Amino acid sequence: MALYELPTNLKKHSLCPGCGHGIILRLIAETIEELGLQDKKILVLGVGCSCNANGILGGDDFQCAHGRASAVATGMKLYLESQGKDVCIITYQGDGDAGVIGLAETLNAAYRNENITVFTINNSNFAMTGGQMSWTTLAGQKTTTSVNGRDCAYTGNPIHLPEMIASQFDVAYAARASVCDVKHITQAKKFIKKAIQNQMDKKGYSIVEFLSQCPTNWGMAPVDAAKYVAEKMTVEYPVGEFKVKE
Amino acid sequence: MAKKLLKGNEAVAEAALRGGCDFFAGYPITPSTEALEYLSWRMPELGRVFIQAENEIASINMVTGAAVAGARALTATSGPGGSLMCEGFSYAARMALPYVLLNVQRWGTGLGTLDSGQTDYFKEVKGGGHGDYRSIVYTPASVQELCDMIYNAWDVAEKYMVGVVILSEAYLGQMMEQVEMPPFKERPDRGWAIDGTGLTGMGEFAKKTKGADGMKVKGEGYEQIKEDLQDWEEYGLDDAEYVIVSFGLPGRISIDAAKQLREEGIKAGVIRPKLVWPFPEKAIAKLKNIKGLISVETSDYGQMVEDVALYAKKYGLNVPVYLYAHGKGVPGVRIVRDFYKSVAAGNEKEVF
Ligand SMILES: Cc1ncc(C[n+]2csc(CCOP(=O)(O)OP(=O)(O)O)c2C)c(N)n1
Ligand code: SF4
Ligand SMILES: [Mg+2]
Repeated sequence: MALYELPTNLKKHSLCPGCGHGIILRLIAETIEELGLQDKKILVLGVGCSCNANGILGGDDFQCAHGRASAVATGMKLYLESQGKDVCIITYQGDGDAGVIGLAETLNAAYRNENITVFTINNSNFAMTGGQMSWTTLAGQKTTTSVNGRDCAYTGNPIHLPEMIASQFDVAYAARASVCDVKHITQAKKFIKKAIQNQMDKKGYSIVEFLSQCPTNWGMAPVDAAKYVAEKMTVEYPVGEFKVKE
Repeated sequence: MAKKLLKGNEAVAEAALRGGCDFFAGYPITPSTEALEYLSWRMPELGRVFIQAENEIASINMVTGAAVAGARALTATSGPGGSLMCEGFSYAARMALPYVLLNVQRWGTGLGTLDSGQTDYFKEVKGGGHGDYRSIVYTPASVQELCDMIYNAWDVAEKYMVGVVILSEAYLGQMMEQVEMPPFKERPDRGWAIDGTGLTGMGEFAKKTKGADGMKVKGEGYEQIKEDLQDWEEYGLDDAEYVIVSFGLPGRISIDAAKQLREEGIKAGVIRPKLVWPFPEKAIAKLKNIKGLISVETSDYGQMVEDVALYAKKYGLNVPVYLYAHGKGVPGVRIVRDFYKSVAAGNEKEVF
């Protein structure tokens, strides 16, 4: 008897060893399989290390311009819905993609309460381009554009996207998860399921931000990177549900 | 069918719907806004999707998302809005997505003005966004042409898998003319659309139709478009001394000017491109024994004139190429007529 089997719809990826993206994608793949949505899902991809998710779930996906996934998903969902098609549109974006360059697209889709699911992976940097400062970078954190540690007085403070959306907009669901240990991974899966189920139940917009380890750009071993998420990132970014519409 | 007196921007919106447009996303900007306003109530009436987006970047990305899902998608804008969309045009071109842009040109750089102009020629004809791609660019000169061109725009976009631009002008969008509105069109099956099944997206379609014309969007595909889409109106080319090349409203005026010149015994000719990409080079290829070419356009420094000169060179016309760049608005018949005479009298300096 196998203790654990990879979801059949999960393809091989080329992410770095110990990267949080890999765990999150696996959770999404499992959830899609469990909900029986393999032939209904379209993965709408941001630009960043999320580009590695091209083709990863098999079936339909669409690579957007940097930051524009929420707008693309909006057009796709509204059109397919008008054609009577019951589809599951999931955006998969980095923190820079969804919360910096794409902040306008993200907030406006939330503002309109589009019936889509947004997953954003917060690794506190622009990983794909080699580790520059993001709006999510922690105070004092060193990146290639904050070499002496982030000076928030000059750059602004860490951004809290799900809290912002939960507090301002009439959405179905806003939460933050972490994938730093088994307990949090189990919880993250529950959040993913809710965020997807909401869309299928036509409840409206759902967003989940994932705190995600980036050992490569943090210059840490995978185990230390996971520890950094648990001990440092969760202090700035509390894990939990901020809005749950019944 | 009886003709109706309709305003350009509203007529073109209705004609788009009759041509199968079933998705619109846009953001208001003068002088294109009436199209968006019209569609905002008309599309729900027809059970089609209208969305007022937060800006033009979102508009073109919504159009992209809908287009890949099978929509006959449209956006409309002018000047600054078109600049914001350029990123999206490039991405759509990369994916070979068919869509239609209605650009109701306003004159000018930056915020520009609300005046008419043709200052987006380079932007639409030479790409606009990054990378190397082309859009098919129609240049209507009447409200009827606006309607006829957008009516068939998606058929063309889907055939060649490229974006189509209807390059309108402020005055054309704002003026009223008699129009015969075409009937609602049956939409042909495009053969592919992303729908979540993973079986009917463009990639799967491409595998099945490898080599089909529809997928040849680069190189060979563009050459095919150049061959297929040659369209222009001409006047007096057989014995013309100087030939005016002018599109849109200035083109229409140039034909009137040439007619008046002929009444005075002056042998003027006109080529009015109905598309500027591909450029109607076959019209240039026909020219014989002319003394020169004159580009009449409502740009400031001359844009189309460069293509006029290039195609003159291509077809071995060793003649001077002159420019009348009117700037904002539309030149009157007399202005064009006088410029022609001034060229013929040797008072103008050629630009190429
Ligand atoms: C318009 C544009 N500007 C810049 C880039 C370069 N770029 C690619 S990914 C990226 C940052 C990605 O960061 P994030 O969204 O946090 O994703 P991560 O790689 O960290 O997962 C940037 C700046 C781009 N592709 N497009
Ligand atoms: S650079 Fe960071 S986020 Fe990107 S794949 Fe590697 S570990 Fe993951
Ligand atoms: Mg990041």
